[in-house]
Amino acid sequence: MKFRSLALAAAIASVGLSAAVVSPAAYAQAKEQYFPVIVYRTGAYAANGAPWANGYVDYLKLVNAKGGINGVKVSFEECETGYATDRGVECYERLKGKGATVFQPLSTGITFALTEKAPIDKIPVITAGYGRSESQNGAVFTWNFPLLGTYWVGADVAIQHIAKQAGGLDKLKGKKIALVYHDSPYGKEPIPALQERAKMHGFDLQLLPVAHPGVEQKATWLQIRRDRPDNVLLWGWGVMNSTALKEAQATGYPREKMLGIWWAGAEPDVKDVGAGAKGYSALTLQHGAEPNSKVVKDMLAMVHAKGQGTGPKDEVGSVLYMRGLISAMLGVEGVRKAQERYGKKVMTGEQVRWGLENLNLDQKMLDDMGFAGVMRPVQTSCTDHLGSSWVRVHTWDGAKWNFTSDWYQADQKVLRPMAMLASGKYAEEKKITPRTPEQCKQ
Amino acid sequence: MIYRENGQFKTTYAADQQIFTIAQDKVFVLGVIAFAFIGIPLLADEYMFRAILIPFLILSLAALGVNLLVGYCGQITLGAGAFMAIGAYAAYNFMIRIDGMPLIFGLLLGGLASAGMGILFGIPSLRVRGLYLAVATLAAQFFCDWAFLRLGWFTNYSSSGSVSISNLSVFGWGIDSPLEKYLFCLCFIVVFAFVAKNLTRASIGRQWMAIRDMDVAAEVIGIRPMWAKLSAFAVSSFFVGVAGALWGFVHLGSWEPAAFSVDRSFQLLFMVIIGGMGSILGSFFGAAFIVVLPIFLNQVLPALGHLFGIEISTAGISHAELIIFGSLIVFFLIVEPHGLARLWSIAKEKLRLWPFPH
Amino acid sequence: MGFFVETLIGGLMAGMLYSLVALGFVLIFKASGVFNFAQGAMVLFAALAMARFSEWANIALGGDNLFLANVIAFFAAGVVMFIAAWAIERLVLRNLVNQEGATLLMATLGIAYVLEGIGQTIFGSEVYPINVGMPKDPVIMFESLFEGGIMINKEDFIAALIAAILVAVLTIFFQKTPVGRALRAVADDHQAAQSIGIPLNRTWVIVWFVAGLVALVAGIIWGSKLGVQFSLATVAMRALPVVILGGLTSVPGAIVGGLIIGVGEKLSEVYLGPYVGGGIEIWFAYMLALVFLLFRPQGLFGEKIIDRV
Repeated sequence: MKFRSLALAAAIASVGLSAAVVSPAAYAQAKEQYFPVIVYRTGAYAANGAPWANGYVDYLKLVNAKGGINGVKVSFEECETGYATDRGVECYERLKGKGATVFQPLSTGITFALTEKAPIDKIPVITAGYGRSESQNGAVFTWNFPLLGTYWVGADVAIQHIAKQAGGLDKLKGKKIALVYHDSPYGKEPIPALQERAKMHGFDLQLLPVAHPGVEQKATWLQIRRDRPDNVLLWGWGVMNSTALKEAQATGYPREKMLGIWWAGAEPDVKDVGAGAKGYSALTLQHGAEPNSKVVKDMLAMVHAKGQGTGPKDEVGSVLYMRGLISAMLGVEGVRKAQERYGKKVMTGEQVRWGLENLNLDQKMLDDMGFAGVMRPVQTSCTDHLGSSWVRVHTWDGAKWNFTSDWYQADQKVLRPMAMLASGKYAEEKKITPRTPEQCKQ
Repeated sequence: MIYRENGQFKTTYAADQQIFTIAQDKVFVLGVIAFAFIGIPLLADEYMFRAILIPFLILSLAALGVNLLVGYCGQITLGAGAFMAIGAYAAYNFMIRIDGMPLIFGLLLGGLASAGMGILFGIPSLRVRGLYLAVATLAAQFFCDWAFLRLGWFTNYSSSGSVSISNLSVFGWGIDSPLEKYLFCLCFIVVFAFVAKNLTRASIGRQWMAIRDMDVAAEVIGIRPMWAKLSAFAVSSFFVGVAGALWGFVHLGSWEPAAFSVDRSFQLLFMVIIGGMGSILGSFFGAAFIVVLPIFLNQVLPALGHLFGIEISTAGISHAELIIFGSLIVFFLIVEPHGLARLWSIAKEKLRLWPFPH
Repeated sequence: MGFFVETLIGGLMAGMLYSLVALGFVLIFKASGVFNFAQGAMVLFAALAMARFSEWANIALGGDNLFLANVIAFFAAGVVMFIAAWAIERLVLRNLVNQEGATLLMATLGIAYVLEGIGQTIFGSEVYPINVGMPKDPVIMFESLFEGGIMINKEDFIAALIAAILVAVLTIFFQKTPVGRALRAVADDHQAAQSIGIPLNRTWVIVWFVAGLVALVAGIIWGSKLGVQFSLATVAMRALPVVILGGLTSVPGAIVGGLIIGVGEKLSEVYLGPYVGGGIEIWFAYMLALVFLLFRPQGLFGEKIIDRV
């Protein structure tokens, strides 16, 4: 009993003391560019979150191995969210006090929460390939950067791809397209864009939500078997993707007619389905699995060969790893751009935002960095926080992903008005005055 | 020596029935409140406010609500998260649909809506009890998760299903800075804690406790189980609903149903059981424990590993966090099944004799 | 009509899978009065052990005898589950005798966290396949009777069969073996059982071990269906309505409850879902259980609780 009460007292005392410990020490003027890394390596989505995080961290290590950003070294710190919004908010609060440069939460829910907080703290939020679709309008969403693609871009290109296979947009009329989506803001984001396209081309859109985490989809696929849609769009994350593919196999729905978003087109989604997923296609956020690109070879030579790799070696170059790597690269390039204007030292969040807004990665720069063939040039502006909307499609052949389409570009004639409308509504709700072109020049 | 009630004689019934019959208790509680209002704002930094104190206060309020139901009325609930969600979404709708709705009314109306739903989902408690009831309350949880995702009206037809609110103000006082948010939550929690304390001392609280201890016997002595149980559900849901509205409005700013998932329900029940069932103070202890412990482990473990020259990966830390969190819960349940509040009262007993225990 | 039958069959098979998880709940509740929220974590833990042992054994054997690797892995995972059962009894249950139901429930939630943490630390947190040679493709039957035929998922069918066999084995185990009788005696009355010389602690280890084995079988079936990863732990949430519908203390209840819930949720999702936006199956299952409870508060086959003042 004595031991017990001692242990009990110790436990309570340590929890009491913790209040003092957890408060981050006041940060002196930093000499390193600090990158908070919000990740999830545990929980329901760990299998997909971990490679992304490894790519992200590895790239920051690579930057240091190459001498930093114009001589400014990079420091970083991971914070685990487990895909939970409140943990993400806690991470944000903890890490922002240490001079955070840019946040990349890899969760639509956390992105929504940070969208409310970032303007107050003046820290940009990059959401490469996810986040709020209307945040491409930089005039309202000053601090959000959905670089490379939003879900509306994905939805738009998905329809273009289906149309191309059918032989033209006019052939879509009367077709039936089912959207199997993760029942969360993430999965719902594409619906407005798909509905817009459905109205334009006269196809029928069937919405089939799947509850988190997506392990029970029998009823969904029974409905697909009954209604026989011409195509199925898969908008899942984590285990939902592989379950969907297995159920498709179990109900005999042809995988060739399934098209996934870029978050449903990586190795963890298809690996344990193996041959059963053969023929399944997914959009890519420009890049696919890129084991032969120069940046991956650099990574292996300069980081992994020295035993500093974050994850397993054979993961380097896989789809989600590359996505993390590119996300980190975009943040780093934002800093580099900002240094052009503010001097080669540690940048603040506000300065990085300027850098991200004036990002101009042309082909030559990409080639120099080793991204030749991985991605296309990106150019942002004050009002356009999207930068580019190029998408390719890749297909799983049972063992690896292969590109099977040309480049597509989202039709901004469709998306831009939608984004303006939605962001206008947001601005009105939040009483934000959109930035004018003059303000942009500052 | 310090904490001793000798010489404090009660000469009136009013004096005998006051909340804190011992003068030292009164001074202590007033001191804590004064410290919370004056001391903490001077000491805490932004991170403390935003990541620890505000969540702690709001979750204490929710835990208080759950404790009224679980600890005082003996009805186990696993659906508390749902009532937080109802509070948050109802308050959101009152705020955006009625022009010029004052914030405090909005929050309280959110609580009322939650209380209404609480009564509805409390009806099974009239027939079902114990663990069957616990699982039955999960129906509320999953139904609400679904309803707020799927029924567009609740989210004002937001395309993503996520809602957000900002520019909070009370009587022209804008609640923007962490300090203001903290004080705002603190006002709520102080008022609600006193309400809860008095409720449990009043006739209604006694009825709840009679039902908890033995419902058949309570019925025999003339307590209406239906009234007592449903009132407990209503009051509890009201507290939890207000807490949910605060969680959405003040803490998150933007939320989706996942913020009030079944994990949140479990978390609240943990707070009540670890803090102490049937104790107002216990709700605060429990909330502090559950809020601070993961953050603490998350920060101390890497430092600890560093001390011994081990680099622990992020995944390793969160797995270790799970293990330690789980074992601590089991440990506390074994060592002190009546919760931290019980330890507190043991400490008080000891203090009373100090420094001359027999 | 064909589609209706298909949905019905799909529901029945899904129900059998829920029953498998529900069985674990019932076994433990019967013998120790603990509502074991850690059942989902046990499924995850067992499946992780199975998947990784099979992988390692396969490498050790040179990669050409998958069957043998699976058998080794099954026994190894069984040993792991026994150690887990022993540790749970020793460290947790023994110290919590005579506590309230809510306290025990919380303790099992604590156990769930520990199991999830340990499992992922030892075995990793990625997606791991379990390959026990389950067929993946559907068969179409009765094509002459219904248009398009009736599709039956072979994998589900085999899983349902395994579940049925398991139930039969458990029933025999409970009815015919001395250990089974001891378990039933403990379930009936702890004190009476103890007074006639049945060791409580050992019985609890056995029953947690049996529940662990059931979790292992469930983990293999679910894992082979979904891949072994963290979300397996959430299948427990799907099994809860089954348990309360069937009654916390009844093995046949778990089966019948599973079938009712499985059919109910699939039919509701397919036929009611489209009118309200879909995704209703989870709460529908709970609502169904709740409505049943209003008429029979102790579940379909549960023991009636009688209070005396």
